[in-house]
Amino acid sequence: MNIIRPIAAAGRPAAATLGLVDCDIHPRCADLGEYRPFMTDAMWHRLTTYGIHARHGFHKGYPFPKAAPLASRRDAWGPQGQPPASDLGFVQKQFLDHYGLDIGVLNPLQPSGQGDVNDDLSVALAHAVNEWQLAHWVDHDARLRASIVVPYEDAAASAAEIRKRAGDGRFCQVLLMSRTSEPLGRKRYWPIYEAAAEVGLPIGIHAFGFSGNAMTNGGWPSFYVEEVQEHATSAQAQVASFVVEGVFERFPTLKIVMIECGFGWMPSLGWRLDNSWKRLRDEVPHLKRAPSEYMREHVYVSTQPIEEPAKGEHLLDAMEWIGWDRILYASDYPHWDFDDPRIAIPSFIPAEKRAAIFGGNARSFYRL
Amino acid sequence: MARHIIAAVDEIPPGGRKQVEADGKKIVVFNLGGEFFALLDRCPHQGGALSGGILCGLTLSDEPGRYHFSRAGEMLRCPWHNWEFDIRTGKSWFDPRRTKVRAFPAHVEAGARLVEGPYQAETFPVQVEADYVVVEV
Repeated sequence: MNIIRPIAAAGRPAAATLGLVDCDIHPRCADLGEYRPFMTDAMWHRLTTYGIHARHGFHKGYPFPKAAPLASRRDAWGPQGQPPASDLGFVQKQFLDHYGLDIGVLNPLQPSGQGDVNDDLSVALAHAVNEWQLAHWVDHDARLRASIVVPYEDAAASAAEIRKRAGDGRFCQVLLMSRTSEPLGRKRYWPIYEAAAEVGLPIGIHAFGFSGNAMTNGGWPSFYVEEVQEHATSAQAQVASFVVEGVFERFPTLKIVMIECGFGWMPSLGWRLDNSWKRLRDEVPHLKRAPSEYMREHVYVSTQPIEEPAKGEHLLDAMEWIGWDRILYASDYPHWDFDDPRIAIPSFIPAEKRAAIFGGNARSFYRL
Repeated sequence: MARHIIAAVDEIPPGGRKQVEADGKKIVVFNLGGEFFALLDRCPHQGGALSGGILCGLTLSDEPGRYHFSRAGEMLRCPWHNWEFDIRTGKSWFDPRRTKVRAFPAHVEAGARLVEGPYQAETFPVQVEADYVVVEV
């Protein structure tokens, strides 16, 4: 049987009756010079003369290229050879207009300064990337929202960058990576959460980053396909850390979304945490409720790449546990594992729930 | 099925490809060492245009640590999610029974035969002395 779907044409999912919001788009600078106007002479000199200092031992990152050049769709280069998602006009044509997106959230990944060992450069680059998101993207297309990229290993500088953006509706979240030098619940990172709660923005935690530690609990993986699974395991470590350290007790309005981390692990993590908490509660007396209750009040997930169990009801069960109001559509454009919104969200999910995933949940989460 | 003349043979060298439209369908035609194969230009998984994918070989293993690379240039990778398709059949390697690209018969015909036959050549004149790629759509 040939499977032929009419999806070459432009169009948006019919179920997106509450709008279509994508919480994971990765813009890229075509040239580092795009950051130049937003950096001091000294930091520009440092960047161009000495480069970045990733918190790990390999110059170009973990396995690279990641199955495809720049980990991107091979059709994502612009007509003049512009790198993927570096040219607004082409992004509009190939993606925003093609799928009829209402709102898209930008998550710049590289080079963004996040996790850079050189603190001053990390701070300078993160700031430049924020200005660049506005100047090159958001100010030219009202559908786009920026993320506040913060130099998260320096929490005080991160908090200052967040407060600088207070009240600026062009930013809709604070962006962190899933691989950090210490688990994100630790107090050294709390100034970030304090500032985010103060300005009323959620935290987006995207898979990736350079922690300085082996990326998996078992050490360094041999294969890229293993690295992709690590997205789910590092996410669990981060969510457990947020809950157990008491971040959500201290900042009761704080919300986080795990981006590109999958979500099938959420029920299991909640069950295991609850089970242990019943026995070990007096080790963490600052937790006033079962760990899973914090998860279901504060933790959101995104769809791409969505789990695809053979039995659809298994997916529905996991989504039910997480909460139908806390799952957000993500495309991951322009990366190679991009999800077409019309195909990726299976139709066995009831229509009103798909509508929430496509738009309603993100509007509420990001207050769009 | 109508027969469509989609290119002169010289236009698609071995290892090359051409994207064409025939009977309203976007089709990509490959030259594999002088043999021609035509596939619908749309991945059955999420719809990526296969004409933008790379051709690679088939890597197999009978046990961890032993690897065999064969059929160089015969496996097409979708430009989006890297699904592998056999360009000879259109079948995906992962799920050959249910997930496959529609394949169309393709062959080479001499121009001398084509000038008279029930063929459709949309865009270029057929010359008696040349050979052409014909796809049945």
